[in-house]
Amino acid sequence: MTDSYLTLVNSGLSKNIAKKLGLPRPAILRRYHPGQPLVPGPVLLIGSSAGTEALATELLAWGLDVRRHAGPKDKLGAIIAVLDEVSDPEDLAEPMLAVGSSLRSLLPGGRVVTISRPASTADAPARAAARQGIEGALRSLAHELRGGATGNGILLDDAVDAQAPSALAALRFFLSGRSAYVDGQFVLVGSPQGELPADFDRPLAGQVAVVTGAARGIGAAIAKVLHRDGARVICVDVPAAGEQLVKVSNETGGTALQLDITGETAGQKILDHAHSRYGRLDIVVHNAGITRDKLLANMDEAKWNSVISVNLASQLRINEVLLASELFPQVPQVVSLASTSGIAGNRGQTNYAASKAGVIGMVAASAAAFAERGGTINAVAPGFIETEMTAKIPMATREIARRMLPSLQQGGLPLDVAETISFLVSDAAGGINGQTLRVCGQSLVGA
Amino acid sequence: MAASPDVSAASTDSAAGAGIRKAVVIGGNRIPFARANGAYTNASNQDMLTAALDGLVARFGLQDERIGEVAAGAVLKHSRDFNLTREAVLGSALSPETPVYDLQQACATGLETVMGLANKIKLGQIESGIAGGVDSASDAPIAVSEGLRAVLLELNRAKTLQQKLTAVAKLRPKDLAPNAPGTAEPRTGLSMGEHQALTTAAWNISREAQDELALASHKNLAAAYDRGFFDDLVTPYHGLTRDANLRADTSLEKLGKLGPVFGKSLGDKATMTAGNSTPLTDGASTVLIGSEDYARAHDLPMLADIVDSEAAAVDFVHGKEGLLMAPAYAVPRLLARNNLTFDDFDYFEIHEAFAGTVLCHLAAWESEEFCRNKLGLDKPLGAIDRSKLNVNGSSLAAGHPFAATGGRIVAALAKLLHEKAAAEGNRGRGLISVCAAGGQGVVAILEAR
Repeated sequence: MTDSYLTLVNSGLSKNIAKKLGLPRPAILRRYHPGQPLVPGPVLLIGSSAGTEALATELLAWGLDVRRHAGPKDKLGAIIAVLDEVSDPEDLAEPMLAVGSSLRSLLPGGRVVTISRPASTADAPARAAARQGIEGALRSLAHELRGGATGNGILLDDAVDAQAPSALAALRFFLSGRSAYVDGQFVLVGSPQGELPADFDRPLAGQVAVVTGAARGIGAAIAKVLHRDGARVICVDVPAAGEQLVKVSNETGGTALQLDITGETAGQKILDHAHSRYGRLDIVVHNAGITRDKLLANMDEAKWNSVISVNLASQLRINEVLLASELFPQVPQVVSLASTSGIAGNRGQTNYAASKAGVIGMVAASAAAFAERGGTINAVAPGFIETEMTAKIPMATREIARRMLPSLQQGGLPLDVAETISFLVSDAAGGINGQTLRVCGQSLVGA
Repeated sequence: MAASPDVSAASTDSAAGAGIRKAVVIGGNRIPFARANGAYTNASNQDMLTAALDGLVARFGLQDERIGEVAAGAVLKHSRDFNLTREAVLGSALSPETPVYDLQQACATGLETVMGLANKIKLGQIESGIAGGVDSASDAPIAVSEGLRAVLLELNRAKTLQQKLTAVAKLRPKDLAPNAPGTAEPRTGLSMGEHQALTTAAWNISREAQDELALASHKNLAAAYDRGFFDDLVTPYHGLTRDANLRADTSLEKLGKLGPVFGKSLGDKATMTAGNSTPLTDGASTVLIGSEDYARAHDLPMLADIVDSEAAAVDFVHGKEGLLMAPAYAVPRLLARNNLTFDDFDYFEIHEAFAGTVLCHLAAWESEEFCRNKLGLDKPLGAIDRSKLNVNGSSLAAGHPFAATGGRIVAALAKLLHEKAAAEGNRGRGLISVCAAGGQGVVAILEAR
């Protein structure tokens, strides 16, 4: 599960050899540790709108070293371009070129973040073109970044300003090490809902979370990160995975709930456990998933059905129970695991991709019902993540998936997926709903 | 101090000495039981007990918690394991400040740990307790012979070379053969199975009746697993997710083909086979119990009250009674003290050391002669409705890691009673009976919450 090539090209003699040979040199990513600075250096804020000025005040309040113009020798931790008022494609040249002229000053692990508004069919064509244009520019820019730097964008709905809680929370997420493996992505802030935490290092303090499939891999990482961020965690997995589930539960100070989530009563059992043991339920992470890969021509009913049942149908059923329950004053914040396979497709994974694309459709269509009861529902789509599952992919395929396809030239860690989930389930992300956020290092391969 | 039958009248004051309050079963955890020299061959008693404890901690969120007291034990015990339970607690996720004691009462060890801790809770001495037991027949202690032991001790005392040589010179080749533990009774030289074979024959228990009981045990245990009954009672260990001895597909035909293994000298009356006797087994179990206050304060479930228990012993040495028949005497005493009859119970958990043991007890309680002459009752105790007996399987199917059996039964019965109470709104009772080596037995009553 370890990426020894990554270690090799970042240490000693082999680092120099790799450099001389022109081999891909993936960077060691800047990952989050509680208490570390938000960004590795000064922040260059580009833009001239009213939102830009207001944002500058916020960034200063966070204790950041904010620059409105970059000196030629300044090394930058992040570049933020506020483009919320563009109305014509011609408006893009100045700010984008300003970003470009400072890119070489970006420190390793630096960040580029754009803040703009989503194009819509209600827009004048020129404005829609300008807004949509930003997405193409940012995604291309992200491909050009090196040294573990990333580029991501925040899309503000027309009714949301740049200081809305979820806009600020998204900005902090993209600037921080929490988003290390999120690259080339946009997150839409659809409403001014959400509440910033008292302590950004413990955004989930006092909350109770359920994580399915928590015994190993990404699920275990989610349980640990939610616990680190302040939540008490109910770790759920099938009875057969109980031995590992005990370890994760005891490591995170949580409770182990052995449960087959495909059972008719699974949702009620989860609710009852949360209600009787904790008296509350704030977060549900639908992480449990399986693969039963076969080319469609060779697919049988059992393989198809088991994947749909675990990865999608169980989540639909549990969500219905959550929405109908009277046990808690409001429904929990839900995050569901999708996959880049559900976006780009993957040979041999028609069943899996159906389930994961289905998740993306499910969260979009469930958003209104969750918002009505005070919750949110989003999806996270991991790309190539270093797990026991991806370790079984044949070596050549694995190397292409982790090295050649993502901009970051490496696979992600289960931790990276967990960090994104922890962000989406926080109260601060209350204005983000029905979205699917990719954690893929800007790639399209994964499981 | 015997518990009042009407424990609801007891004070709930938590101060020690303020009277008797209730002790409740909160839940349990065990590892699947493995046949000896199977999945747990390389696991020690300490490993298995630690795993069972850690699973309990995870189920109830007890990480770093100081439990009032933990009591557990093993029947087959290495001399190095003098503090077995304390060592297991220190290796677990519980607070290292949790006090612990080891207990040993042969196969009744597990049940007696529950009852001992329950009594402390009832008296207000502790708020919470974890009772448990573990046994490994695979990793059993092997002792050196008495001859070698005597020589080694003398060698240790010897000061001069002369004395050392004298000591070593006493060694004989036969002294080098190790002593493996057996289930033979020290005073009779008969194994437990041979003892039971005599009792089984004395009560004229048929081969068919024993095989039918064994079949029911397997079918009931398999069905309980299939409906998820053990999802919050068992945590997998070393790749085992169900009891390894369980044969869901066994049948009377298959059981009928097995030859007798005990009581062969009885000829036609030899009825006890490997199918209707428990195999040597490895495993561990734990039960979390507490005061009502403790359970409420920690938002933990209350499955059943631990009402009362009784121990008995019989004189098997002089042939007055069968080795494993002590519960037959303990049960009527316990019922009398609590003003209860068999009709007051919804479930009976009679440990299946051998199918014959269970059937001899049922026959004894139905026998006018036995109840009059041995128990001093004016009429038989009565028949036990077989549909209430070991309804989720027992030791014939699950296996019997000696000290772990009591915890298995208490946790499963408490859950069963609680489920029935939740579904039907009544507070049913369950009777537990466990026989033990040395002619002993411990029985107990649980009442649903």
